[in-house]
Amino acid sequence: MVFTSFRLPGEFGGLAPINILPGEVAGDSGLTTETYQFFFSDFIYIEIFLKSFAVATFTTLICIAMAYPLALLIARSRKKFRNLMIMLVVLPFASNFLVRIYAWMIILGPESGLSHFINGILAFFGIAPVTLLFSPFAVLIGMVYVHLPFMILPLYTNLEKHDPILLDAAQDLGANSWQRFWYITWPQSLPGIFSGSALVFIPVLGMFAIPDILGGTGDIMIGNLIKDQFLGTRDWPFGSTLSIMLTLAVLGTAGLFSRFARTRNPV
Amino acid sequence: MLHRQTALWIVSILVYAFLYIPLIIVVVFSFNDSKLNAEWAGFTLHWYKALLNNHEMLLAARNSLIIAISASFLATTLGTMAGLAIHRYKLKVLPILAFTPVAMPEVLLGVSLLLFFLQVLNLTLGMLSIIIAHTTFCIGFVAIIVRARLQGMDESIFEAARDLGATPWQTFHQITLPLIRPAIIAGALMSFTLSIDDFVITFFTKGVGEPILPIQIYTMIKVAVTPEVNAISTLLMLLTLTLIIIATRFDTSMLRGESK
Repeated sequence: MVFTSFRLPGEFGGLAPINILPGEVAGDSGLTTETYQFFFSDFIYIEIFLKSFAVATFTTLICIAMAYPLALLIARSRKKFRNLMIMLVVLPFASNFLVRIYAWMIILGPESGLSHFINGILAFFGIAPVTLLFSPFAVLIGMVYVHLPFMILPLYTNLEKHDPILLDAAQDLGANSWQRFWYITWPQSLPGIFSGSALVFIPVLGMFAIPDILGGTGDIMIGNLIKDQFLGTRDWPFGSTLSIMLTLAVLGTAGLFSRFARTRNPV
Repeated sequence: MLHRQTALWIVSILVYAFLYIPLIIVVVFSFNDSKLNAEWAGFTLHWYKALLNNHEMLLAARNSLIIAISASFLATTLGTMAGLAIHRYKLKVLPILAFTPVAMPEVLLGVSLLLFFLQVLNLTLGMLSIIIAHTTFCIGFVAIIVRARLQGMDESIFEAARDLGATPWQTFHQITLPLIRPAIIAGALMSFTLSIDDFVITFFTKGVGEPILPIQIYTMIKVAVTPEVNAISTLLMLLTLTLIIIATRFDTSMLRGESK
């Protein structure tokens, strides 16, 4: 059995300290930490990082809220329905990523039914009309929309394994349905929640297409910044620095998540 | 108990609606006789016809197909090997190597591939670089699917074969391969879908040359939104939908195997 791993991407770490500037602009050679200093010098970069983390956090939380009921329902359904329901969750994922974002452009666009509806209500209260598109709100919706299946599936996988006997026992002992959920289902589902969160949080950190298409000029995230550095201003060392920062953030978060996602013994 | 079930049902249906309505809108408006994606003005196939006359788009479609076929072929071969290896040799480093491209933010993958191609390989960006890039992240997916399939299999079959005197190659060829064939096919279809749909990584590794389908769509979205975008989106959706349905027919365990 031949195992080939030579196709994996090479490490880009070395470039950040080395000032090599391909393209028209010539740079000085040699190692320097100049780019890192530049990164920390202007608060705006840190701000963008923090903003990206915020977006990722909110997206993850909203995904958990939306995914949990659905995953619970599927896990509790009869076996023959489950595959169909899971398939229904996965199918939208089959559409092109850009298409899913584009769909929200339509829904949130200024001429759309939704906009007219909401602005109509606002006008009734005498509030000026708002643009739904090109806003943090739109970015958030886009992020949730694209990543929701990633939260539903791991959560479902976890919930499916729960033993209903525990719930029966609790009911016999007099617990009401909220208590049953909070003391039995929820703790057992935590590893699933963390797996799903990892699959949502980490990709969201690096996203740039969604802020690019659905967000306004003030909504850029780390991903946009990196992309601009590499394909726009061609400041590759700085782009690499940003990438390394992002990698560190990702590794840190992934480490945190995997510690919590390890299956724990049920009560 | 029934009361709680009802509440769950209501929320779930809302979530399903949330997932599907945007896509339905895209499809519906692709037949809309109006430039704006606003109100329904009448049924037309005009946008689909416009697509067929759009040379850039056709070229992009052709390129994307070539890339997808090549990448899925390579990724399936290598990914199957990887899946088998991970299952066989319990080294911790193997899964990490194969699965990292799957879990990391695509920007990082795109950037590192870009740098890798230019700095290390000195490769001119073009179709080949895209194919390599797509293969890279598809290997992980195929490996996951194949490994999941292998994990569910009974080891004693292989032992029995060896007891009966089969050589490793015979064991592999006549027993392992047929047993994992559903996973391989599912993996191939999955890779194809991922490759056709991929935007971020293609964006970074494509260079200035030929048009690629998702990039074309992106440009259309950013520059001039017309329902042509809806039309091509609908067609793409049909394609990937068909492929995924076929893939899951072959290997339903793939649906569970999404997470590591």
